[in-house]
Amino acid sequence: MAPYESDDMTTASEVDEPRSRRRRAARYVVPVTVMGVAAATIGLVPAIADSGDPDLPEITAAQLIEKIAQSDVERLSGTVKITTDLGLPDLGGLESSLASGATEPGEGGSSADPSAKLTELASGTHTLRVATDGPDRQKLSLLENAAEYSLIHNGKDVWGYDSASNAVYHGTVDESAADREQQPPATPEDFAEEALKAVDDTTSVTVDGTARVAGRDAYKLVVKPRQSGSTVGAISIAVDHKTGMPLKFTLTPASGGAAVVDVGFTKVSFDRPAASTFDFTPPKGAEVTEDGELDHGREHSGKPENAPKSQEDLAKGLDGLKMLGEGWNSVATFDTGGEGGLPTGEAGGDLGGFLGSLGDQVKGEFGTGTVFSTRLVNALITEDGKVYVGAVTKDALVKAADAGK
Amino acid sequence: MSRAEAVRKVSPLWTFGLFRSELLTTFRRWRTLALLGVLAAVPVLVGVAVRIETGDGSSAGGGGGPAFISQVTNNGLFLVFTALAATLPFFLPMAVGVVAGDALAGEASAGTLRYLLVAPAGRSRLLLTKYATVMAFCLVATLVVALSALTVGAVLFPLGDLTTISGTRISFTEGLARALLIALVVAVSLIGVAALGLFVSTLTSSGIAAMATTVGLLITVPILDQIPQLHALHPYLFSHYWLSFADLMREPVHWDDLTKNLGLQAVYAAVFGSAAWARFTAKDITA
Repeated sequence: MAPYESDDMTTASEVDEPRSRRRRAARYVVPVTVMGVAAATIGLVPAIADSGDPDLPEITAAQLIEKIAQSDVERLSGTVKITTDLGLPDLGGLESSLASGATEPGEGGSSADPSAKLTELASGTHTLRVATDGPDRQKLSLLENAAEYSLIHNGKDVWGYDSASNAVYHGTVDESAADREQQPPATPEDFAEEALKAVDDTTSVTVDGTARVAGRDAYKLVVKPRQSGSTVGAISIAVDHKTGMPLKFTLTPASGGAAVVDVGFTKVSFDRPAASTFDFTPPKGAEVTEDGELDHGREHSGKPENAPKSQEDLAKGLDGLKMLGEGWNSVATFDTGGEGGLPTGEAGGDLGGFLGSLGDQVKGEFGTGTVFSTRLVNALITEDGKVYVGAVTKDALVKAADAGK
Repeated sequence: MSRAEAVRKVSPLWTFGLFRSELLTTFRRWRTLALLGVLAAVPVLVGVAVRIETGDGSSAGGGGGPAFISQVTNNGLFLVFTALAATLPFFLPMAVGVVAGDALAGEASAGTLRYLLVAPAGRSRLLLTKYATVMAFCLVATLVVALSALTVGAVLFPLGDLTTISGTRISFTEGLARALLIALVVAVSLIGVAALGLFVSTLTSSGIAAMATTVGLLITVPILDQIPQLHALHPYLFSHYWLSFADLMREPVHWDDLTKNLGLQAVYAAVFGSAAWARFTAKDITA
């Protein structure tokens, strides 16, 4: 700036007009340059960070799966970013008002109830923090705007703390492992385990180079269905080359587009987390809901009205469940028993019309029905009350229904 | 040449003297004092409201209201965070916008700008001094809110160890340290607005117009930040990461958005600071 100091003293009239105008314009080069440099830096930094896949020794798919199975990471802490895009109809405010109604205290729920809270992960992008120290101490935190929901397992206590409403949920477990399995999957490891369960001869598993995830070198394992008709395009799992722990899980649909599920560590450390991480004492004045009270409340209000409802319904439905087909194209079917099934068209009045508008009418040897589609799962509800659900295309679903008839 | 040398010789003293006189002029104004008074009143209002609301033992909030409000009854220190969360979206930037918008345009409309330029300080230096004064105001305004909240919190609610939003416990001293850090982060969050206001102030010779434009931008930008269709634009809006100061209350602290906020404010300061310089040093001062 110093060279311009003397200019400040001269008035514009001393210099002839066009020259001074050019000089004035020249000064705006500075802010424009600053803006350009800033924009370029913001744009380039991720690109630079992404480039350069690490060099790792060759490994076969079988060896890599073995590595995952043998992985015994006892201690870790890290940040997980989870993005889910199931392509469900966006209900926006309706959804949240239903959720708040479901978690209204007094109706038997609590905003700190883990099952209600973790179902939020089913849509949108969320940041989670996980910390583990052996089988007895785990912590999972859901980072929200200026608030956080923490689920802490320490010994036989399970605490849920919702800082936004200052509500505490408390439960106890006998078997530490049993409780974890009931929770919805949240970390890349959970998802990878589920995916590798499905590996059989209908699946192709390959190692597709390497990647850097959360600053660690990793192998990329790609799992693909061999058969056509599945809505699953590919599952890609990044596996840490040292510990064998899955660091990133991506499920892309066959129809293309953004990933349906994308879970990955953005930061990870295999050091022992601070012991204080797992200590929890309910803050003064916080409302504490005991696990038992919650169940009591639910029974009290008759049928379960809150979020776990869907799970319980699902469990009920699973009684009469039959699997058709094999591998990735397997379709689950059960009979709702209700003759007439879903009210469709004019028969169901306004509601039927609304539900019908969400799905597509299909006809086949099985009769007629309505197909409800998401990006991953399609469901066919026939007029005689049968339900076919699977991660398969609409045509495959109709074919399965025809075969099952 | 001799004139330039003379400028350089007295420059450090001049800059400091100019800065001091600017500070005094700014903080002696009734308008500034009134703004600070309003800011100090917000925590009092929030504190008293929460106290009355929870007088019968019921818990506050229930999810609604500004961040941290449900924790205020258990620990008065949370009133500092609540007050900052309540004032950061509007009251604080509005006060900064008024002071920044008035910085040069006010002088121009009062006809005092040319007298300031008669002093051998140079326009760049005058601009820097003005910007430093506005930043000092950012800090003072934030501290006024924080201290007022701390006082009200200590009077109306119990103090002691506090629970972070991650559920871990920290001592009261550490809580105080974090409160101070949060106040500093909030003050830094206002730097972008300050630079923007100063740039607007160089564009016009009417103090009212500059203030109105700045405050108008302050209302518009958070609205843009709410429109989901514009999400590609959101990370570049100065208010987008403002509430990230709450991440300092996590354990361990979540730095991602905090660093993004600081970086974004630095970019705003650089872009609009240099734009203000480009405009002001080349401008015809007629009043």
